[in-house]
Amino acid sequence: MISIEQTKHIAGLSRIGATEKDIDKFSHDLSVILDWMKQLEEVNLKGVEPTAHISGVKNVLREDKVKEFLNEKEIIKLFPEEKDGYDKVKSIL
Amino acid sequence: MIRDLHNKLINKEITAVQLARQYFDNIEKKDKDIFAYLTLTKEMALQQAKNVDEKIAKGEEIGMLAGIPGAIKDNICIRGTRTTAASKILDNYIAPYDASVIKKLKESDAVFLGKTNMDEFAMGSSTEKSAYGATKNPSDLERVPGGSSGGSAAAVAADEAVWALGSDTGGSIRQPASFCGVVGLKPTYGRVSRYGLLAMASSLDQIGPITRTVEDAAIILSEISGEDIQNDATSAKSSGKRYEKFLTGDIRNVKIGLVREYMEGLEEEVKKNMETAISKFKKLGAEIREIDLPYARYALPVYYIIMPAEVSSNLARFDGIKYGMRVFDFKDSNIDFIPEDKNLLEIYLDSRCYGLGEEVKKRIMLGTYTLSSGYYDAYYLRAQKVRTLIRQDFEKAFSEVDFILTPTTPSPAFKFGEKTEDPLQMYLEDIFTITANIVGVPAISVPSGKIGSLPMGIQLMGKWFDEEGLLNVAYAFEQNN
Repeated sequence: MISIEQTKHIAGLSRIGATEKDIDKFSHDLSVILDWMKQLEEVNLKGVEPTAHISGVKNVLREDKVKEFLNEKEIIKLFPEEKDGYDKVKSIL
Repeated sequence: MIRDLHNKLINKEITAVQLARQYFDNIEKKDKDIFAYLTLTKEMALQQAKNVDEKIAKGEEIGMLAGIPGAIKDNICIRGTRTTAASKILDNYIAPYDASVIKKLKESDAVFLGKTNMDEFAMGSSTEKSAYGATKNPSDLERVPGGSSGGSAAAVAADEAVWALGSDTGGSIRQPASFCGVVGLKPTYGRVSRYGLLAMASSLDQIGPITRTVEDAAIILSEISGEDIQNDATSAKSSGKRYEKFLTGDIRNVKIGLVREYMEGLEEEVKKNMETAISKFKKLGAEIREIDLPYARYALPVYYIIMPAEVSSNLARFDGIKYGMRVFDFKDSNIDFIPEDKNLLEIYLDSRCYGLGEEVKKRIMLGTYTLSSGYYDAYYLRAQKVRTLIRQDFEKAFSEVDFILTPTTPSPAFKFGEKTEDPLQMYLEDIFTITANIVGVPAISVPSGKIGSLPMGIQLMGKWFDEEGLLNVAYAFEQNN
């Protein structure tokens, strides 16, 4: 069971703003899903290694070479607020 | 179908521009009802088609896919084209680069008709989670087309595209293919570059084709697969194969496994459909064996831990800062706010509050929870360990058989709203498809007739990187269906 307080905390960590009504619904749905996941507790996992990635590839390296980037303008156009070619954001200090 | 159209083009029975216009006419006629497309790219399509016609006129040799019109799921980037992943947070996003598959398809002179509808960020099995409204199933407009690549499957089924690209994280290509009566292939993890696919769960996502025929799926796979060392470190070495050349239809002595655990508890009609398929495979000379996948029943909870964990990390980038919706761009809000009063944290909170849909938020939160300290071992690490056991199940199974046969879905297409109430009900849609993503093997859904008036599909899974074998078994079945 995920309490209302816990749900609020998770929403905050996730950087998701939510109304009280949203929190109620999330608290209910997350609880149902997490309870359902409990069935994994019956599996004996002694000595079993975790699989993070199925292909097993490790540390694929390539040369760290500077490449010219051609579509700067298209990236700048995507800024929600632009000023003189910079992405304008709220000050944090 | 692609081969026929290709022959028509080179024999000058039709031009590529005429072909593209014919498909835009179909779209105009049908898409009001079906809503497969979010964005049409008519100008680009006609230019691409014109280029192909010029090549033909000059007597140049053209590739198999040149001038053949297709649709692209809206979570795959085409430079200069709106790419939303069916989310409001990317409503105004114009991709500044091409996905690797798009780059390859452009080099093949394929024609792009537009971008197709989907569940938001590919999270869903019905397209009901699209922020722009649901796509309808061409076989029955009161039913879902499946998802998340529902727009792509519906477009192909309704003849609004010859072929389409989808993406598959837990069944998102195969389930809609089954619901719409078309072919859908999820390649082996790593076969196709994921660069330019808006990431959902990076260890599970794979791009693949949705087509009318198995041969068409093979042709598309030949065009889009290959190593992409610069952009996707998980992409596998190129096979250099033209998969359509392996379609002999000869499957004598091929061993096909039936999963004992799956065959129990099938719905009566689905069971009958499977039995018909099994007898066809036997008639074609395949050997049918029963196999066990004892840990497969844990695949769904494993998936719903691993996927949201990766989602929570991948979707952190949608924060209203670099691109996408920043909350004061939000036009339809009735919330009172004064942008100047907002601090940085509030920008994050509100952009994600209004920009993301409920299912997406739920999965981000679920992943944030299972990855948080104190819960990591209990959920995420445990799921990764069970993932190992499921993989070992498959390794053992594939030492006994060459392919595994299951229904693609537990039932044919359901009605709108039928599975949206209970948070777990929609997740159960993926029960047969999900293991292929967990273990990374290739899997295909092929039409296997109808239940009532609704299409149904069977799923075949193959060994890692054995797409040619998998496509050939599917082809043999299709030719004798």
